[in-house]
Amino acid sequence: MLDLDFGKYEGFIWAAYGISALVFVLLTVASLRFSAHWKRQAEQLKAQEDARS
Amino acid sequence: MAFSRWAAPLFGGLAVLLAITGLWLGFTAPEDYQQGDTVRIMFIHVPAAWLSMFAYICLGIASFLSLVFRHALADAAAKSAAPLGAGFTALALVTGSLWGRPMWGTWWVWDARLTSVLVLFLFYLAYMALRSALDDETKAARACAILALVGLVNLPVVHWSVNWWNSLHQGVTVFAKGGPKMAPVFLVPLLLMVLAYMAAFGALWLVRIRGEVWRRRADAALSRLART
Repeated sequence: MLDLDFGKYEGFIWAAYGISALVFVLLTVASLRFSAHWKRQAEQLKAQEDARS
Repeated sequence: MAFSRWAAPLFGGLAVLLAITGLWLGFTAPEDYQQGDTVRIMFIHVPAAWLSMFAYICLGIASFLSLVFRHALADAAAKSAAPLGAGFTALALVTGSLWGRPMWGTWWVWDARLTSVLVLFLFYLAYMALRSALDDETKAARACAILALVGLVNLPVVHWSVNWWNSLHQGVTVFAKGGPKMAPVFLVPLLLMVLAYMAAFGALWLVRIRGEVWRRRADAALSRLART
């Protein structure tokens, strides 16, 4: 049965889950942004190269 | 690149499904007779701790391949694993501390297991610092690969520290001789969460490797444009 009342340990448990969720969100956003940024840069530079040649 | 295009979202979706199932089973499991509700921290602490070592093994293997075969993709893989490994290690330390305060009565002790995991975290930070300190990609790849290989020595210390020294940290539970010393009601959600963390690591690692490959392509294109 689902019971989310953790009594005196509530603060420790939710803090652990909250921090874990935050780190996962940060890692995911940072990784996706990093990849998207450099893909865009590489494609723009390739287009510039093609335009010159 | 073609592999990561379909594999990264697949691993990501798998991670979400496994995490939802693992968390549901974890939150519906009964309280532990000794730890009470804090046993639920184990479902996120243990996977983070295992992944901190798994990510370092990946970093070590990729660094070895980069050093021996001078393979650019291996170097990109090593570089991409470091921030993820650092994230998992930080999570292992923080969630462990949040479990330790109510159970041990302290946030931190200079215990062999905790200290060796802190050293692991410092190796990740040193790797990333060295990367960003060196402008020359080839020199950075070689220096970081050597540092990563040196850091591999710490992994057996992390794993066996609870056997080698008197430790406040509990001993081997899941891989204990004679089978896991844990009731299935806790073991199943724990293993599901481990798989979820592994799938998440796989997805994020592939995304970062793709990004690193694009970055190198952009750098190469920029150099060609500067020459013409």
